[in-house]
Amino acid sequence: MTPTVPITIDQAWEALRGVPDPEVPALSVVDLGIIRTIEATAGGIRVDVTPTYSGCPALDVIEREIGRALQTAGAEQVEVRRVFTPAWSTDMMTDTGRRRLKAYGIAPPGPVVAEPLVSLGPTVRNVACPFCDSPDTELRSEFGATACKSLYSCHSCHQPFEHFKAF
Amino acid sequence: MTPLFTYLCRLGDDRLILGHRLSEWAGHGPILEEDIALSNIALDLLGQANNFLHLAGQVEGQGRDEDALAFWRTDVEFQNTRLVELPIGDFGFTMARQFLFDAYSVHLLDALTRSSHAELAALATRALKEDRYHLRHSAEWLVRLGDGTEESHGRIARGLEECWRFTGELFAADAVDEELLNGGVAADLAVVQDRWLETVQEVLGRATLEVPAGDQGPPPNVRRSNHTEHLGHLLSVMQITARSHPGASW
Repeated sequence: MTPTVPITIDQAWEALRGVPDPEVPALSVVDLGIIRTIEATAGGIRVDVTPTYSGCPALDVIEREIGRALQTAGAEQVEVRRVFTPAWSTDMMTDTGRRRLKAYGIAPPGPVVAEPLVSLGPTVRNVACPFCDSPDTELRSEFGATACKSLYSCHSCHQPFEHFKAF
Repeated sequence: MTPLFTYLCRLGDDRLILGHRLSEWAGHGPILEEDIALSNIALDLLGQANNFLHLAGQVEGQGRDEDALAFWRTDVEFQNTRLVELPIGDFGFTMARQFLFDAYSVHLLDALTRSSHAELAALATRALKEDRYHLRHSAEWLVRLGDGTEESHGRIARGLEECWRFTGELFAADAVDEELLNGGVAADLAVVQDRWLETVQEVLGRATLEVPAGDQGPPPNVRRSNHTEHLGHLLSVMQITARSHPGASW
């Protein structure tokens, strides 16, 4: 007889640590903090995922890869649910994720700071260069190659770099 | 059609159509960073539209999903305001419209985060984070262009003038709004309008621009299903692939 849950919840988390974010492959979906819960169901396993941005084009791929990884790890039926509460925030990113991001050349997000509903003018953030750690950096554009990043340049080592926005 | 279905289509359609308009800037932005910014904002809006229309389809319960609603409705079935369907014009017009819409959207979504409808409130919470960022971006451009050269000031002022008569429609509450407001589902558009005007006045003040003096509209007989001739042309571009290859996937 086949057991109802062929893999444990811990094994499922472990399997998802091997699923990269397609846009920032240095990070796993667990590092990114988008996996809300993993639960055993009658026929298999259920994963709740929170989208990062409404328009994140990678979400369909991510959901498919999560299903595939869990099936490879032995889960029979996998249900991936898209949930919106609580809304994803970069505060959900793990410390491992932040270290990997920096090693990949992207300045990791700082803590999300509460701002008034309407906050005008560029936000002043202290973003250190991921290459030389200099704090002497400058925002070049609020929008980068993907919605989750902005563009900076470093005055010390003169490298342009991306910053994962605190969001 | 229930009021909730119509309400969700209004939220989805405004974002779908404006997102489509912004996507027309891809490859044509004045500078590379701005090209990327406009495409990013377009993508956020399309994602929000996707979520609102998905929920609308579920609420309707007739088996229509977000794609069916986006690609298989005709112009008179679209519930967007006329402001978002106007052609992109020059960069001044695009930014003027974007700022007026972003300010509206931030205050509308903020109210909807407190909606009694849990799923709607969750989608509004997600979208609000994005739209606050959009507003900061467009407000910054208003100040840069308004407080810039004579040429940039003139163009952004003209953009605001051209948009102004379409802004009243954003706040024109009808039976749909009233019914949902009673249940605590919808936003009170009178409150949204007051807050919107405060934001508009603050930013225009910084930008050395005047709040346009003209009537905000809409003409008394205009409803959400009334559109300018521009929407049909937009839909013909947006819908042609889906309609040429029904049921195709990639």
